[in-house]
Amino acid sequence: MTIFKKCFSMIAGLALCLGMAHTALAADEAPDVLIKRISQEVMDSAKSDKDIQAGNQQKILSLVEAKILPYVDFQRMTELAAGRNWRAATPAQQQELVKQFRQLLIYTYSGALSQVKDQRLEYKQFRADPTDTDVEVRSQVITPRAGQVIELNYRLGKGRNGWKIYDINVLGAWLIETYKGNFTAEINKSGVDGLISTLTAKNAKLANNFAKK
Amino acid sequence: MKLNSIHTRSVTKGSIAAVSLWLLAGCATTSNLNGVPTSAVDPFEDVNRSTFQFNDRFDKAVFKPVAQVYADSTPSFVQTGIGNFFGNFNDVWTGVNSFLQGNFQDGFTDFMRVGINSTFGFLGLLDIASEANIPKHKNDLGQTLGVWGVPNGPYLVIPFLGPSVTRDAAAMPVDFYGDSWGYVHPVSLRNTGDFVRLVDKRAGYLDSFNLMQDAALDDYIFVRDAYLQRIAGQIETRKNHKQLREDEAELRRQNAEDEVARLSAAAPTAPVTAPAAEPAPAAQTDTPPAH
Repeated sequence: MTIFKKCFSMIAGLALCLGMAHTALAADEAPDVLIKRISQEVMDSAKSDKDIQAGNQQKILSLVEAKILPYVDFQRMTELAAGRNWRAATPAQQQELVKQFRQLLIYTYSGALSQVKDQRLEYKQFRADPTDTDVEVRSQVITPRAGQVIELNYRLGKGRNGWKIYDINVLGAWLIETYKGNFTAEINKSGVDGLISTLTAKNAKLANNFAKK
Repeated sequence: MKLNSIHTRSVTKGSIAAVSLWLLAGCATTSNLNGVPTSAVDPFEDVNRSTFQFNDRFDKAVFKPVAQVYADSTPSFVQTGIGNFFGNFNDVWTGVNSFLQGNFQDGFTDFMRVGINSTFGFLGLLDIASEANIPKHKNDLGQTLGVWGVPNGPYLVIPFLGPSVTRDAAAMPVDFYGDSWGYVHPVSLRNTGDFVRLVDKRAGYLDSFNLMQDAALDDYIFVRDAYLQRIAGQIETRKNHKQLREDEAELRRQNAEDEVARLSAAAPTAPVTAPAAEPAPAAQTDTPPAH
């Protein structure tokens, strides 16, 4: 048992080191190159991993954690989704909001990933100046079903640790803009704490679903 | 026979028009269930919410299970064939609307698609045109009106059909007229076709519907806000043909590249050094060091 634990912490430490090396490397990676690389890595793993194909949700979660999370700016996403309500929230509330929203997005993204079978990714022309610090990378998912093409665009901002995704567009709708309405409605109804408890309840339900599969 | 069928079609259209009118006339409330004022885009939120719930219940009880059985029990090549077949009918109306939107290049390729798929593609069962890099588009009259500058009008949830806006709902009867499948005889064949077409369409969204319900806190608001963004974006891209064309050219270029890569992988003796080395110096000069 203890050997197991030791092994596990060693592996975790190693993974952390590798992750940091990865981030350092990513700092000078162009945003479109970054998106192409991580999408390809995730698609390849999702397609080749037998456990993921069989619906092993824990494995999917760890894939997302390793490959995607280092490149997502959850803090910024939450701030944007909360809009003008963000500044009205206390630091503790802000922290909890980011935590819960992050968890919800991870579950949703993992759910999407578990449906990857024979889709293919295509990238549209990338237009940006080398000096830009805010860019959009546009792609589309080609599904085997007749004529079904899913637009998938990303907004990225350049920070100290390189480019990070802060918004995703699926089928023409930006995620943050879409959540904004949900957030505002919840806050108007029962305040920031109400929004936090709704998010927490939602996550608990999703965690339950994930555990069942 | 013909007269009779036109009559049934106009009855459907009449009922849709009546529903739209009822929605327009019947509601003047400006607050939703929680007493929170609704936005200007959705003045009929109360009615829309109940229709949304009705659609959701109908979907759970009937529509989704049927689509699930269809998706599970029909071989995927048959599903693709069905999608292609009705897609070919769609392409006619899409082409008409491309012309109406002033996008002649798309209009010509849309009709070219119909010509190719109807003949070489065995009445549209195979989408040979897409294989030949003639891209598929989707246009309807609502979008055309949007391109012409007609505003959305209030958001509407239509029974059985789901999210829409007043402009598109008003244009929908004309879309039905423009749909060449609607002129197929006998009526029983047409109705069966309509049913299969709907089920096939729903089957295409089995996964994404589940996902959306996972993601949303209030799925009515979530769907509405996503839908309104989606149609606004569609109209924007249709106004901007130039960008569409550039994107399509880029996709064709990438596909050709992939094809070359695939072929050279199949023939390992092919030289790979020369083309790979070329773009590298340009990329370096593009990104000068900071400071």
